[in-house]
Amino acid sequence: MRRLLAVVIVVLALASSAAAFAIDPLPFKDAAQRDRFQNLTRDLRCMVCQDESLLSSNADFAKQLRRQIFDMMQQGKSDRQIKDWLVARYSTFILYDPPLAPSTIVLWFGTPAVLVAGGIVVIVLLRRRTRPADAIAEDAGDDW
Amino acid sequence: MNEVARKPVARFVPLIVFAALLVFFVVGLAWNQDHNASFVPSPLIGKPAPAFRLPRLAHPAQFVSKADLLGKPYLLNVFASWCFACGDEHPTLMAYRDKFGIALIGYDYKDTPQAARDWLQRHGDPYREVITDQSGDTAIDFGVYGAPETYLIDAKGIIRYKHIGPLTPDVIAKRLEPKIRELEREGT
Repeated sequence: MRRLLAVVIVVLALASSAAAFAIDPLPFKDAAQRDRFQNLTRDLRCMVCQDESLLSSNADFAKQLRRQIFDMMQQGKSDRQIKDWLVARYSTFILYDPPLAPSTIVLWFGTPAVLVAGGIVVIVLLRRRTRPADAIAEDAGDDW
Repeated sequence: MNEVARKPVARFVPLIVFAALLVFFVVGLAWNQDHNASFVPSPLIGKPAPAFRLPRLAHPAQFVSKADLLGKPYLLNVFASWCFACGDEHPTLMAYRDKFGIALIGYDYKDTPQAARDWLQRHGDPYREVITDQSGDTAIDFGVYGAPETYLIDAKGIIRYKHIGPLTPDVIAKRLEPKIRELEREGT
């Protein structure tokens, strides 16, 4: 039983390490650069498999862009420059963190606007309810 | 029931809210039916096509650059022998190659030249010229992320239109041909 458990653990460990190395190993200068690369590519969309990030995707497209981003980092390009380079080719759709622009106003402010509107409705309803008892009979607003 | 007589509108509020939700659901469903989520508008439309210099499929020692293709509008069709949807598109290209009125240039994407040559031999070659991008690096400059994709590039090298996915007779008639006619009217 113990041996079986050991085998299972070893198999699981191998499987997880295999998954970890499914992403092509890139020769980073140091851990800081690797972290910067991972943070950057985590926020970028793999255009082929749209719900995956460039960091996690195994698509050919993602591999190629990871390589290009890595190369740009070696050339000393900033995150901003790399993102601009990508946006010029693939539009802001490639960013998981969309910039504030006319086309994204609903995205940015839609939810807070609905929240505020809902809050106003709740406040109005609550105020009506706390009216004196004789006023409640007049109020058709709370009979549903 | 007195209140109802006085404030009939309040009575219908739930119904109105429900109707509004229903409209949202139906519109959302309908929109999803004919909306292609993988379609991303290209930021390159209206901008110059990226500079490129790629080997010809027929003569890999010879190169074709963007400058070589300037002067006349052309269609650049990104395809690959490994691309399943390109096989779907291919009969349409064969049927329309002479009807576009402008040159159809093939862009063999991340493919081996031999596989591309075999594929064209088997299915027919609709292209006036085929250029090959084995690494796919130039394709990134074009904003390619999947094949097939088709670019309409005018005589000055400006990208005027892009279609992602297979060209169909319907797409050609409704979207592509009006754009080609537009170029003809401009006389570019």
